Amino acid sequence: MPAMTVLSTPMLATAFKAADVDYGAIAPMLIVIAGAMLGVLVEAFAPRRLRHTIQVSLALVSLVAAFVVLVTVSTQQAHRGGTLAQAVIIDGPALFLQGAILAMAALGILTMAEKFGGQGADAFTPMGAAVPGSPHEAAALRAGMATSEVFPLTLFSVVGMLLFPAAGDLLTMFVALEVLSLPLYLLCGLARRRRLLSQEASLKYFLLGAFSSAFFLFGAALLYGYAGSLYLADIATAVTAANGALEGLLLPGVLLVLIGLLFKVGAVPFHSWTPDVYQGAPTPVTGFMAACTKVAAFGAILRVVYVGVEANRWDWRGGVIAVAALTMVVGAVLSVTQTDVKRLLAYSSIAHAGFILVAVLSFDKTGVSGTMFYLVAYGFMTIAGFAVVSLVRQGGSEASHLSQWAGLGRNHPVVAGVFAFLLLAFAGIPLTSGFAAKYAAFSPAISFGGRSGVALVIIGVICSVITAFVYVRLIVLMYFTDPPAGEAVVAETASPFTTIAITIGTLVTLVLGVLPSQTLDLAERSSQFLVR
Amino acid sequence: MTSLAHLATADGAAHAATGVTAYAWLLVALPLLGAAVLLVGGRATDKWGPLFAVAMSWAAFVVGLVVWISMVGRGGEDRAAHIHLFNWVPAGSFNLDAGMLVDQLSVTFVLLVTFVGSLIHVYSLGYMEHDPDKRRFFAYLNLFVAAMLLLVLADSYLLLYVGWEGVGLASYLLIGFWNHNPAYATAANKAFVVNRVGDFGLSVGIMIMFAAFGTVTFAGVQQAAEGGAGEGVLTAIGLMLLLGACGKSAQFPLQSWLGDAMAGPTPVSALIHAATMVTAGVYLVVRSSFVFDHAPNAQLCVVIVGAITLVFGAVVGCAKDDIKKALAASTMSQIGYMMLAAGLGPVGYAFAIFHLLTHGFFKAGMFLGAGSVMHGMDDQVDMRRFGGLSGAMKITWLTFGLGWLAILGVPPFSGFWSKDKIIEAAFIGEGWRPWVFGGAALIGAGITAFYMSRLFFMTFHGKKRWTEEVHPHESPRTMTIPMMVLAVGSALLGLVLSIGGTFTTWLEPVVGAHEEGEHPVLPVWSLMTLTLLLVAGGIALAWMRYWRDEVPQAQPAGSLVTKAARRDLYQDDVNEGVFMRPGVHLTRALVFADNRGMDGAVGGLAALVGGTSSRLRRLQNGFARSYALTMLFGVVAILGAMWVIQ
Repeated sequence: MPAMTVLSTPMLATAFKAADVDYGAIAPMLIVIAGAMLGVLVEAFAPRRLRHTIQVSLALVSLVAAFVVLVTVSTQQAHRGGTLAQAVIIDGPALFLQGAILAMAALGILTMAEKFGGQGADAFTPMGAAVPGSPHEAAALRAGMATSEVFPLTLFSVVGMLLFPAAGDLLTMFVALEVLSLPLYLLCGLARRRRLLSQEASLKYFLLGAFSSAFFLFGAALLYGYAGSLYLADIATAVTAANGALEGLLLPGVLLVLIGLLFKVGAVPFHSWTPDVYQGAPTPVTGFMAACTKVAAFGAILRVVYVGVEANRWDWRGGVIAVAALTMVVGAVLSVTQTDVKRLLAYSSIAHAGFILVAVLSFDKTGVSGTMFYLVAYGFMTIAGFAVVSLVRQGGSEASHLSQWAGLGRNHPVVAGVFAFLLLAFAGIPLTSGFAAKYAAFSPAISFGGRSGVALVIIGVICSVITAFVYVRLIVLMYFTDPPAGEAVVAETASPFTTIAITIGTLVTLVLGVLPSQTLDLAERSSQFLVR
Repeated sequence: MTSLAHLATADGAAHAATGVTAYAWLLVALPLLGAAVLLVGGRATDKWGPLFAVAMSWAAFVVGLVVWISMVGRGGEDRAAHIHLFNWVPAGSFNLDAGMLVDQLSVTFVLLVTFVGSLIHVYSLGYMEHDPDKRRFFAYLNLFVAAMLLLVLADSYLLLYVGWEGVGLASYLLIGFWNHNPAYATAANKAFVVNRVGDFGLSVGIMIMFAAFGTVTFAGVQQAAEGGAGEGVLTAIGLMLLLGACGKSAQFPLQSWLGDAMAGPTPVSALIHAATMVTAGVYLVVRSSFVFDHAPNAQLCVVIVGAITLVFGAVVGCAKDDIKKALAASTMSQIGYMMLAAGLGPVGYAFAIFHLLTHGFFKAGMFLGAGSVMHGMDDQVDMRRFGGLSGAMKITWLTFGLGWLAILGVPPFSGFWSKDKIIEAAFIGEGWRPWVFGGAALIGAGITAFYMSRLFFMTFHGKKRWTEEVHPHESPRTMTIPMMVLAVGSALLGLVLSIGGTFTTWLEPVVGAHEEGEHPVLPVWSLMTLTLLLVAGGIALAWMRYWRDEVPQAQPAGSLVTKAARRDLYQDDVNEGVFMRPGVHLTRALVFADNRGMDGAVGGLAALVGGTSSRLRRLQNGFARSYALTMLFGVVAILGAMWVIQ
């Protein structure tokens, strides 16, 4: 449009139409942004001793408010569809996943707020900028400083996560990806103990994240070259119409975009960051990240795959099938030799990403609902799992080495019992959500995934057996081994915050295992993507 | 797929339940209520709790009886009924209902479990009278009954699995009931761990069903199995189910836990580790007959397991001096008989269940008798310090004696009708099989006669070898009456149920008809004579060594075989060598890993996985640059592969 600058021309005034905004549909995101902005102001103006309380309440209130608004919006058909010039698409999957992210983020905030009687949040360093072990850091500690910025940072990240599965075009999706990632990079570097490990994790995550973003962007550029548009809907049209001359751009474009997204879920061979980052990050952040990032990123994968490029799936499917198989195998096999409980859970999360990919690759509506159900089940159990990990201490710092968990069942039967239950859920034992989730994820793959779907399910079942061995071994360690000599390993008495988070996580895991029907039903009803 | 299963349930064998049968869920609900009240109510229920539990158990029996009567009232075709409880996992394309299958097989179990269970509840009133924690004990007993009933009434493998885990839990809690004694707590843990191995097999079997058929209901799997499912799949399922059955039923190679499980209070041994729970494996195999009938190799494995266990248990039983452990070995051996029969196919299913039923009576009766002896002898269990108790404990002697005659298979007592049939059935077939399996069953009968007579004579006859301070006396009425009732069953049940083939006809609709025209390789009369001769020989030998001759009060050194049998034929040592030590190595290598990681671990699949794991692990070296390189390799590989394929 060459005459863009001459806005006064009547003809152009009609040609330029401001994007209509359905404020109701994006209200949940706006509420969380507002909460995050307010949090920044609180950081600047509120007195130090009140900051923790204010920040925690502010974060929880905005998440809960956003959730309530989301539920209200989801009941009104008028709010469904594209808005903001189709940059955001609010449909069943988007609403379901956004609800899941908000609920899990609230639990994440609860675990981050744990103080164990200290002045600030226990998991976070008093001053992120100080060099580890420096006098500066010691001074900050003495002064009772605390990084209460973590709460607004988390909210910013949540905004990105909310936008990620609802993005209608690749550029918006990229912005969402960065909005959710940048605060996470920071959060990872803020652990109170083992500072160097934490900062290393942060840097690695950042470098590799940037690397993978570049792949995503390159892929998006290739797809733009192919379709002449970044909208997933337009790309879908172009794929169906088949564009002879530029056909060569399509396949690499699709694969590169998917690779950028697969990095976020920790699929093999783009998983190397996962164990290091999970181990180094403050444990509550790890839980939050493992649960919410996975939901958001799989949401984006689902949208790209099911809305954008399903039509030529026969061309690119093979690569992703290989990734799914590798992810399950590597995640399961490597979990066997782990000696650190956080790394163990990291590899378990990799294996779970593989299981979820199996559902994604069924290319059916039930695959969408199976994926979404799995994400909810996995998210809640993993947040609760990491919350339990943060309770078990030796000499004040987290007892993350497996040998320290020996005999925990004797001294702390409740904590060990809850953890054992969660491990059984990870393993997918019946009557836990893990079982229902595996069922929901694998059955569409069998029914609609063809021969490769069946092969993937067989690999999945074998890998489940391998990982089950790992979890059961940990349970045996907790219950049938004598505690290690030396300073006692104790489970700290949790404040109501962590207790609530663990209780909710465990209850959801139990309820989804015993009576999965309502949630499955909801996922099934929300599984229809809208194109625009 | 699952909708087909529904059709099958609706139109096939089982009709929707009507009338009293629709209330069969009470069977599970009543004892569960009892357990809940006692556990939640806490000390407030100390006074009336045990009686309440007993009442709940009897109430379940009454419900079972009514259901059975109404079933008998219906014609043979309409007897099986299906109760739909609730929609467990309803969502679009997959659909799983929780329901109950009330047919001839499950009702047989219901009656056995509730009747014997209730008698043992009554017995426990006397046996546990002075235990400060008896409320908890009764709560667990009720929990067990509920779980066991759920197991046998389930209409799908998944619901069966819930009951399966439930009885495992109850068994674990009850073995370790006196867990202040570390040895008992260890025994409970051992049972727990060994059972995990079996349960794992069962769960893998269920997963395979999911993967292959998309359904886990009995009806659905039956339809798939009979509708031409691949034999490979069925064999895999069958072997996994067999592994599950081996764990729960203490069959070779997972039998090692049963002897130690005798650490629990004696009524528990009678109820769980003799009459009911340990027979769940047999139930599973018979219930899955449609799988095994189409997977001959898996079926052969069942027979082999049964044959090995029946001889194994009998040999171990000959060397045990602990009265309860000798009975445990005998239980193992008798379940071996049932497994053997169940593995023979339609020829044997009905006899497996028949023997299970009679065994439930006579073995429970003998365990209660052993409990009564222990009660009178200050909780001693060493038979070398018993002897001559027949005078001091008349009722116990008499009831135990009836059980003894029954297990020996002396006509006309119960065991004769069931065990002899199994021996006969084992001799049916072609080639080497009838000779090997029939021979094992026959020899087993002879050894059984020897060790059971040894047990009986050492306890009740011969010279008194009592320790100084004991004063044997008969037990109270609450204990003797259940023993008397069970003794009547031991004597008559077999005869009553086999008149005119009542029992086999009754089970026919579930397990299939026994085809006429199959005859043992030896004439029936010669088999019967041979069996009775061997039994008589066993009794005679035991009489010479343990009644006529003096029994030494200290254990003699014994031959190599005796020594081996005393140590359960080195089962624990084998387990330790094959599973535990590498396991410990592995755990050490993994859990307390030195930098060399897995290289110290040896043997087995786990080590293979572990070895791969440690090699792969080296890729995870902590350098961001290597990680980026891995990613790049991945990207190039995927793009390259896709490009080439296209």
